[in-house]
Amino acid sequence: MSWLESLTLNSPSGFWNPIVWLAFLIVFAVIGYIIYSRGNRSYKPNTDQVKPYLSGNEVEDVEEIRVRAGDIYWGFIEALKGYYNVLMRMHTGDIRDYILWYLGLGAIILFILVGGV
Amino acid sequence: MIEHLPALMIAVPLFGAFVAPLLKKKGSAPAVWAMMITGVTLGMALLLVRQVLIQGIMVYVFGADNPHLVLPSGYRVPIRIIFEVDAIGAFMALSAALMSFIGAMYSYSHVRNETGLEKYYALLLLLEVGILGMVLTGDLFNLFVFLEIAGIAGSALVGFRNYRGEASEAGIKYLIVSAVASLMVLFSIGLLYGEYGNLNIAYLSTQIGFNTVDIIALGILFTSFAMKCGSVPTHHWVPDAYTEVPSGINPTLLVATYASLYALFRVSFSLFGKVSSGMSSVGWIMCVLGVLTMFIGVTMALVQKDVKRLMSYHAISQTGYMLLGVGVGLAVLNDPAKLAAFGRDAMAGGIFHIINHIIYKSLLLMTAGALFYVTGTRNLNEMGGLARRMPYTTIAFIVGAAAISGIPPFNGFASKFLIYETSYQLSPIFAIFAMVTSVLTLASFVKVFASAFLGPPVKKYEEVKEVPRSMVVAMLILAALCLLFGLFPNVVLDKLVYPAADALLKLSNYQTWGGIL
Repeated sequence: MSWLESLTLNSPSGFWNPIVWLAFLIVFAVIGYIIYSRGNRSYKPNTDQVKPYLSGNEVEDVEEIRVRAGDIYWGFIEALKGYYNVLMRMHTGDIRDYILWYLGLGAIILFILVGGV
Repeated sequence: MIEHLPALMIAVPLFGAFVAPLLKKKGSAPAVWAMMITGVTLGMALLLVRQVLIQGIMVYVFGADNPHLVLPSGYRVPIRIIFEVDAIGAFMALSAALMSFIGAMYSYSHVRNETGLEKYYALLLLLEVGILGMVLTGDLFNLFVFLEIAGIAGSALVGFRNYRGEASEAGIKYLIVSAVASLMVLFSIGLLYGEYGNLNIAYLSTQIGFNTVDIIALGILFTSFAMKCGSVPTHHWVPDAYTEVPSGINPTLLVATYASLYALFRVSFSLFGKVSSGMSSVGWIMCVLGVLTMFIGVTMALVQKDVKRLMSYHAISQTGYMLLGVGVGLAVLNDPAKLAAFGRDAMAGGIFHIINHIIYKSLLLMTAGALFYVTGTRNLNEMGGLARRMPYTTIAFIVGAAAISGIPPFNGFASKFLIYETSYQLSPIFAIFAMVTSVLTLASFVKVFASAFLGPPVKKYEEVKEVPRSMVVAMLILAALCLLFGLFPNVVLDKLVYPAADALLKLSNYQTWGGIL
């Protein structure tokens, strides 16, 4: 068995080899660099050129306009409101409910096992 | 000395735990002491793994030279406390020892300003004792005792920052959940003892007849260990506990949780493995619970704003992968063709995911601890632009986030790859849920990365600096392990994981104490 084969992780219907993956990564990095190197050379960092422009209006303090964690995926959560309502009702934080869930799960498992479902 | 390793693995951290309080007024001595003890235990765990892989199952009898010495009448049943260490037990012991060492190293700086550190380190070492006892013992009652030790030490550590009301609440919740689960474990052990008059797992497994009482004992053991390992719908205690415990304890607490998962596997494969046809439905239950756990865990994580709470829900989600992988193996246990075709690989995927997850989730929780250390908050809404100030923590976070999302070449990918493919063979819907969960995992870590590390700098954090060196070193060790385990998964699979999966599958070896009886 060659060293390359020894690194290959075989699964029932596929394989994973990190060296092959790294080779692809290098190819994509080279392609990325070629695209980057053809970029606009007039770009100058640390000048007014890179400051945000808001149609001539004064830009607000950037700290105030940043996207906060609570805003990320707002649409996703809104779309799944019904699902999340159920989930939130499950997570009461009440220790008595934890024990009820335990008893419920135990009852279902015993019903399946003893009942032979 | 080597033959005493199973006992020394318990004795050394136990000795360390009793000595730690004596170092109360010696500055950072308890921290250094804990690092030394966990370091020695890690060395012994490596020796134990080597010994088990070379010589097979190690049997250690307390109070006698060998397990043949039974009753004077010649009645040949095991009557003493016996530790039986096979490859899966050694695998878990190594995970526990490694994470306790990393946790002690991280804690050196992380909790330096807290009071009562001698108790903190004593409890850390006791937690390690509890986990090691659970995974090394071959005796059901002994398993219960160590489960209790781990539960009590764990709950005290969860409530360690008792000046925070949330920590005290989380500690009490963890204590109650642990007590209920372990008392129900004790009750089912009582049922089995009443029937068979013995507590040795290997001996009991030869006697199990799968009558109604056995099935009730199995059902209770299954539910109790499922609750202790954080399976949905009994997972509610996990976010509270993982969020409130100091980040240096998170790695060890994670392994404590997976020691219960190990106990679930031990009960399913070793204690009841003889009735493999009857265990098929248990395997399906495990798979369904796994899928529910991974999906509900990740969708709850997506809406969290507390960085540690978000990661705690991910810990629940990742437990689902382990349940699914090993559940697939259990579901096809009585079908040799399917077991050979994909069942064994599924189990390897599930077991490999245990150590992978322990590594990257400890890393991620440590990065969350680092964020708390410098900002004093866990609220993601209040963070921003920290990548510039904390470059090492940022790199560690990126590695951990990529690993948990199953992005190659990090370790999470290798185990998830095995789980996707093998669970698809049992039921494609399982694999679809597993992949969707990975996508959602990546999405929620993008949220953390964008809100904590990227974006414009926040004025109040302009002066923050990278966390102290011991915390950085602990994080970078884990990040390196994420990469190493991902680049060379075959080495870990061949040396540790497949022997561990085979240890669960080869029941006859376990029943005969590795050929001793």
